[in-house]
Amino acid sequence: MNLVSKAFVITGLILALGATMSFVIMRHSIAKGNLNIHFENYVGDSLLKLNTINYKNEAGQVYTISKFKYYIGNIHLKKADGSGYTLPQEYFLINEENLSSKEIVLKDVPEGSYTSVNFIVGVDSIHNCSGAQSGALDPVNAMFWAWNTGYVFLKIEGYSDASKSPGHILEFHIGGFKAPANCIRKIGLDLGNKGLNVASGKDASLSIKADVSEAFKSPVAIDFSKISAVTDFHNSTMMADNYADMFSILAVE
Amino acid sequence: MNRNLIYIILFLLGLNSFVGDNSYFVITQKDVQLQIPKDFPKPVYDFKENKLTPEGFTLGRKLFYDPVLSKDSSVSCAFCHQRFAAFAHVDHTLSHGINGLIGRRNVPPIQNMIWQKNFMWDGGINHLEVQPVSPMTNSAEMDETMAHSVYKLQQNKEYVTLFKKAFNDPHVSSENVLKALAQFTGLMVSSNSKYDKYLRGEEKFTDQELNGFKLFRLRCENCHQEPLFTDNSFRNIGIKPDTALRDSGRMSITGLPSDYMKFKVPSLRNVELTYPYMHDGRFKNLYDVLDHYAKGIFFTNNFDEGIKKNVGSLSEDDKQALIAFLKTLTDKDFIYDKRFADPNSR
Repeated sequence: MNLVSKAFVITGLILALGATMSFVIMRHSIAKGNLNIHFENYVGDSLLKLNTINYKNEAGQVYTISKFKYYIGNIHLKKADGSGYTLPQEYFLINEENLSSKEIVLKDVPEGSYTSVNFIVGVDSIHNCSGAQSGALDPVNAMFWAWNTGYVFLKIEGYSDASKSPGHILEFHIGGFKAPANCIRKIGLDLGNKGLNVASGKDASLSIKADVSEAFKSPVAIDFSKISAVTDFHNSTMMADNYADMFSILAVE
Repeated sequence: MNRNLIYIILFLLGLNSFVGDNSYFVITQKDVQLQIPKDFPKPVYDFKENKLTPEGFTLGRKLFYDPVLSKDSSVSCAFCHQRFAAFAHVDHTLSHGINGLIGRRNVPPIQNMIWQKNFMWDGGINHLEVQPVSPMTNSAEMDETMAHSVYKLQQNKEYVTLFKKAFNDPHVSSENVLKALAQFTGLMVSSNSKYDKYLRGEEKFTDQELNGFKLFRLRCENCHQEPLFTDNSFRNIGIKPDTALRDSGRMSITGLPSDYMKFKVPSLRNVELTYPYMHDGRFKNLYDVLDHYAKGIFFTNNFDEGIKKNVGSLSEDDKQALIAFLKTLTDKDFIYDKRFADPNSR
């Protein structure tokens, strides 16, 4: 190889490097910011406290809650013009017993003003039929039905003297992805006049309230002396319709 | 001199068994080649997402034979799935578990799993990989949580090494436990019975076997379709409900009254070895099964249409011929395949 061709090769390499770098810079020029979503679990107007607080349902029956867990997935942010941003397909298991599970940190959300947030409670059909999975969908999280494959989407356990189950327990394990017992519920929450502003260099945040009492309230008020356990398809969609309206926006910053 | 030499050889042979891999049968790359038998359909389970490797298969085999997966380390998968019975539980009507507990259903064989769309008598499980979660966590079987199974394996240095080798991950995960088990059970393919050899022109049927084969195609093929000897459907075949078990079959999965007492059509491969029969093991031999179809039907609204026309009228010769044919489905190559043997045995 003579000197001239060496110079050509080196020049070529420099040009290629430059092109790659400018491509990388261009990709980063679509500004992105971070978004933290906090799930805050409530019963009515007060923050949920496991085991220790007596709550009352619509029928005046006293109950406590010992466990509250649910799956959130397919998070999508929408702008006023209808365009939006769908998060990489991922599931989050919100568990009252685990503080960190209630904080979802989303990196690299495109800048913009978002007017609504949409997500599902539950796990979509594909992820109920995909065999062994990890992360939030790992069966070690005890949100997996072994005998009739599928995830428990939402789990509420507790106690009520009104319950006629052994030990007066309340046991609501709601799941099912196949019609007619499909318990996946789509949630859409309006983010108010100001909307949610995601910008680089700052952390936007969104607080979402999940109200356990709503799962026992409407459309169907649950009488614990009649229904104290739902652990398969019996009454499951009724419970799913009940939890479909348990979410609301607490704060947008 | 000669005697000394023999002693030396014997000593070396003995020594040899204490060094190197202490498995009964060392799995190599050629042992994990999946061969789809000619005329078998395309498998349902795809190993693309769970690449077959000697290390993955060996780990799955070890897990299958290890009682550590049960709550009190007393019961392994192999406890109920016996190799010599095509991995069914021979002579046991219902499944057994820890503390002598008895389950609700007869243990099905493990064979040709990658062609099954769903698993268990009621078809409640939709994927080969998650099938073991059911026996592992069922309170009348191994009664262990997935989280604690993973914890126990993570505490075991040998397993940590094996998981690292198989999945390049020193952290034991339920995902990899299940994928290793799927590699082991997924390779259990039975396609070398006398019936298969007859079809390939390698062996001849006796007259009785041939008569049985003709009868089978006429009377049984509707549900037990070749070459897998099941059409993977759920049917009510007129089994009288057991008032103690109160098993509603497929209905317990779908909630549909029309699925009451419907159970999955089992494959008949190796059926000679997997007695007793039916979802609750109520029939102790094949003769009793044929008698059920001939004269034991408990009729319900959803009794299977396909069987209706075939009920009744089986002569003694017919029964003997059918049984002779069914015995040609026994696959000794599969039963004696060393790859599936207990790695702790010698």
